[in-house]
Amino acid sequence: MEEVDVEPSPMVIADLNSFIYRHLGFEWGPGDLLVYETNYKLSAGSPLVHVVRKDEDICSPILRKLFNESHLIFVGLQKIKEDVPSKNKKSQFVSISKNYRSVIRACMEELQQNADGSLASQYGDQVSILLAIELIWNLCEVLFIDAAPAGSLLLHLLDWVRLHKSDVDARAREVLQSESPAQHQSYWDVVISLVLQGRMDEARQVLSKQASLRAESSSVFKRMDVLLQTMPIFNPTGTQTLTEFDVKWRHWHEECDRCLQDNTFASNRHLETIVKILVGDEDTILEQKELLSTWYHFLVTRLLFTHPTIKPPDLHYYAQSSMNMFLGPRAPPEPLDIILLSAFEFDLHQVIKDCSIALNNWWFVAHLTDLLDHCKLLQSHNLHFGSNLREFLVLEYASGLFTHHSLWQLAVDYFDHCPEFGRVYLELQIERIPLDTERKAIKVLRICEDRQMSEQVRSICKIMAKRALRNNRLGSALSWSIRAKDAAFATLISERFLQDYCNKGSFTDLDLLDNLGPAMLLSDRLTFLGKYREFHRLYGENRFSEAAKLLLSLMTAKIAPRGLWMTLLTDALPLLEQKEVKTRTTHALHSHFTVVKKLDEDIESTKTELLRLALARNLAMAIVKEGTIET
Amino acid sequence: MFVAKSIAADHKDLIHDVSYDFHGRRMATCSSDQSVKVWDKGDDGEWHCTASWKTHSGSVWRVTWAHPEFGQVLASCSFDRTAAVWEEIVGESNDKQRGQSHWIKRTTLVDSRTSVTDVKFAPKHMGLMLTTCSADGVVRIYEAPDVMNLSQWSLQHEISCKLSCSCISWNPSSSRAHPPMIAVGSDDSNVTYSGKVQIYEYNENTRKYAKAETLMTVTDPVHDIAFAPNLGRSFHVLAIATKDVRIFKLLPMRRESANSSGPTKFEVQVMAQFDSHNSQVWRVSWNITSTLLASSGDDGCVRLWKANYMDNWKCTGILRGDGSPVNGSSGHAAALSAVGIPGAAQMVVGAASAGRYFFPHLDSPRAGSRLAHLLPPPSLIEQIYEPDPSHAPQLRQRHAANSIIQPAEHD
Repeated sequence: MEEVDVEPSPMVIADLNSFIYRHLGFEWGPGDLLVYETNYKLSAGSPLVHVVRKDEDICSPILRKLFNESHLIFVGLQKIKEDVPSKNKKSQFVSISKNYRSVIRACMEELQQNADGSLASQYGDQVSILLAIELIWNLCEVLFIDAAPAGSLLLHLLDWVRLHKSDVDARAREVLQSESPAQHQSYWDVVISLVLQGRMDEARQVLSKQASLRAESSSVFKRMDVLLQTMPIFNPTGTQTLTEFDVKWRHWHEECDRCLQDNTFASNRHLETIVKILVGDEDTILEQKELLSTWYHFLVTRLLFTHPTIKPPDLHYYAQSSMNMFLGPRAPPEPLDIILLSAFEFDLHQVIKDCSIALNNWWFVAHLTDLLDHCKLLQSHNLHFGSNLREFLVLEYASGLFTHHSLWQLAVDYFDHCPEFGRVYLELQIERIPLDTERKAIKVLRICEDRQMSEQVRSICKIMAKRALRNNRLGSALSWSIRAKDAAFATLISERFLQDYCNKGSFTDLDLLDNLGPAMLLSDRLTFLGKYREFHRLYGENRFSEAAKLLLSLMTAKIAPRGLWMTLLTDALPLLEQKEVKTRTTHALHSHFTVVKKLDEDIESTKTELLRLALARNLAMAIVKEGTIET
Repeated sequence: MFVAKSIAADHKDLIHDVSYDFHGRRMATCSSDQSVKVWDKGDDGEWHCTASWKTHSGSVWRVTWAHPEFGQVLASCSFDRTAAVWEEIVGESNDKQRGQSHWIKRTTLVDSRTSVTDVKFAPKHMGLMLTTCSADGVVRIYEAPDVMNLSQWSLQHEISCKLSCSCISWNPSSSRAHPPMIAVGSDDSNVTYSGKVQIYEYNENTRKYAKAETLMTVTDPVHDIAFAPNLGRSFHVLAIATKDVRIFKLLPMRRESANSSGPTKFEVQVMAQFDSHNSQVWRVSWNITSTLLASSGDDGCVRLWKANYMDNWKCTGILRGDGSPVNGSSGHAAALSAVGIPGAAQMVVGAASAGRYFFPHLDSPRAGSRLAHLLPPPSLIEQIYEPDPSHAPQLRQRHAANSIIQPAEHD
C-alpha cells in the first residue's frame, strides 16, 4: 500500500560465517526468494543459500480452512446480480459479511482446540491475529455495510463489544455456579461488567442473589432493580420514533440522577458506583478500566449512558476523546487502535491501508475490500489508470495462494474475477505450476483450456511430451504432442516408433496407434505411422487384399520414408503368395522395388533375390488366374 | 518474510549465481570453484544436490535454465571465455537410486575472446536461442536449429556494443505484440561514455538486430538489467542496477509510415529511482508477475520494492546477512526452523514481514490491553544490528580479483 514512508526494518539472516561476505545475491522463485552470500568483488569462502519465504500464512495448515471456505463465499458474492434493487442487496451483503466472520470464528475455535504442544505459541499468535481481524471486520460491517442509523447504531456497537468481550459470560457463570454467589470475590465485577455492556436483565438477575441475602437493605436493591429494569432501549423495529425514545431516555436519566443526588445508594458503594455509571459519569466509568479493558469498550459504554442516539458522523469525536481518555497521554496508540479509530472516522481507505500494513496476510484486506467494493463504497477511490484498489488486493492475495501446492486452484477463481489484470496474472502463474504427474498436468490443462489460453495449453503439452520422450514413454509423448498440435515433435516421435518397429518387429502403444483418427493428419510421418499400423492390423486379420492395397497406396502416395521402403517391400512378400492379389498390384510393387534397388545398392542380395522370386511367382500366378477367368 | 531453511551449498568458493528452473522445483548454483551444482526439491520439500560437476576452467559467473519445453537444459558462462550448454540425460537405474543425475556437455561456445559475463536463453517463442555477452563488448545470439540435437549451435547474430558488457535481458513479451528485443548493460567505469544501457530490436526486413535506444542518462557502470513481464501493457518496464536502482518505462512511439523499416523509437521515462543502497547496486530481478522488484547492493542488503495500485514505489522489505549472532532468538528460531541441513540450523530469523508488521509495536504490553494477546513473543520481532565496520571489503573489481586465481591458459 502507499505512503509507508518509514523504511521497513531489515530482516537479518543470522549466520556465523557471513561476516566475510558483504553482499547478498538472490533469485526469485514461485513462492520464495533464494538468498545467498556472495561478494561481487572478492572471491573466497563456501557460502550458504537461504530460502526466504514471503507469505508464511499461506503455508499454515491451520488457515487452509479459512482460505477454502472464504473462497466459496467470495465466488458467491461475485454472482450477486447487478439488477437486484440496492435495498435488497444490503441485507445480502450483511449476510455475506456475517458468513465471512463466521468462517473466521470457526477457524479460531479450531485453532484454540488444537493449541497444544510445541505449536501452542504459533497457534496463539494466529488466534490473536484472527481475533483482531474479526474485530475490525465486525466494526466495518456495522459502520459501512449495515450503515446503521442513529439509534440502531449504538445497539450494533453494543453487540460488537459484547461479542468481543465475552469473558464476562464465563465469569458470570462461574459466580452463579459457586456455592454462595453473593460472597464470590468477582461478584461485583460481574454485575458492573454486565451494566457496562448494557445487559441490564442479566445484571438484575445477578443482583437478586445479593438482595435476597440482605433483607435490611432490600429496598435499596429494589430501587436499583427498578432503575435497571426501566432503562429504555431503542427498538428499531417498533413504531417508536427516535425523538420519543430520546424523551423517555432523558426522563429515566433524570430519575437516576435524582437517586444519586438523594444519596439513595450511599449505604452501598457498589450500588453507588452503578448508579454513577447509569448517569454517565465519565470518571466513574473510566475507573472501571480493568473491566472495560479497551478504549472502544469504554467508548460504547460512555455512549450508552450519555448519547444513546449517537449519529454516525458524531462518532469520530467520541472515539478520539475516548481513546485519549482511556490510554492517557503516555501510551501511544497501537496499530489496532489506529485502524479502529479510522473506522470510527469512516475513513475506509485508511482502514484498508493500515490493515494491509499491519497484517501479515492479504486474506483480510482482499476479502473485505472486495465486499466493500460490491457495496459501492470504494468508488471515490477508483482511479483512471492502473488497476483499482479491489483488484490490486485480490491479485495480491491470489498470487500468494498460487505459491501453495494445492491452494493455487482457489486462486484461479480470484483471478477470474479481476477484469483488468486477472487473465495476465493467471497466464503467468499457471504455467509455473509444477507438472509433477500426468494427473496434475491434465488438471492445469483443463483450467487453461476452459479459458482459451492456447499458448499455455500448447506449452504444457510440449513440456509433457518432451518429458515423456526423455523417459522413453513413446505413447505418452505422442499423445501429448498431438494435444500440443506440435507437428515437428509428432514427426520425431513417429520416427522413433518406426525405428523401434524396425528393431523389434512389433509396435508398442497399440491402443493409441489404432485410435489416432483425424489426429493422424498432424504430420505426414504420423499419418504414415497410423496407416502402416493399420496395414499390420489388416494383415493380422487376414484381410490380405485390403492390406496390399493400403501398402501400395502408402508407397504410391510417397509418404513412406525412403529408408522404410525396403521394409515395406519385405512386408509385401507374404502377400505376394496370396491368391487374391491382382496383377496390377504386383506391377506396382515391382516398379517400387526397382526404385529401391537403384537407390540402395547395398541391399542384401538374398533379400533381393527373394523379392524378385516372389514377385515373379506372384505375377505368374496372377496371369494364370486371370487367364482362367477369361476363358 | 522469514527464512524457511538454509542450505549448505557446499561449493568450495564463492557462489556467483543461483537459478531456479521454470517451475521452481530445481535450482542450479555456480561458483568460483568452477563447478555447477543442480539441486532438486524432494517431496519432503528439502533440497538435495543431485549433480555437481566441473564446468569451466575459471569462475562460473552465471547459470541459467532453458524452458522445460526444450528438456532439462542448462547454460553457464565463465571467466574462461566460454559459455557451455548442458543437458541432463536419463541415467542408469543405479544412478537414480543414489539420487544422482547425469549432465553432459552438449556444446562449448568459444567465440568470445574475453570473459563471458552473462548468458540468457531467449523467450521460448523464438525457439531455442542462447545469448551471451562478454567483456569485449560483443553480444552473441546462438540458435539450436534442431531442438533434439543440442550439440549444434550456430552463431546467428553478433552485436557489437563498443563497451564492455556485463549483463543482458530479453524482453519477455510475446512475439506477436513486439519484435524480439534485448537490453544490454555495460560496466565500463569510464563515465565519459554515457549510455551504459543499450536496447536492440530485431528487424524482420533486414533480419538483423538494430539499436533502438540508448539510455543516455545512465552514465555509471551497470551490473544488472531486467525487463519486467509485460502484463499486456503498451509499454515496457526495465529495471537497472547501477549506482542506484532505476526503473525505466519505454513507450513505443507511433511509427511514421515512411520510416516503418527502422527500429522502434521509444519515449523513455524514469518510473522510479532508489538510492537506499547508498552505493553500487549489483543485482535486480522481478518476481513472476513483476509486482515486486528485488535489488542487492554494496550495503549487503537485499531490498524489495513494490508499487501500489497507484504506481507509487516503496521499499517493502529488507534482508541482510550479519555476523552477529541473533541474541535471544535462537530458542524460538529453532522451533520455527524447518529441519534443515545439519550445521545450518542457526540460520533462522525473526518473522519480520516485509513492511507489513505484526500488529503491535515493540513496547511491552500494557496491563489490560487487549493487545497483550496480540503481541508475538519478543523473539519473533526483527532485530536490528549495526553493520560491523571491521569487515570493510577490499575494493577490487571482480574480474581483476579473479584473474589472480585463474590459470593463465588464456593468453
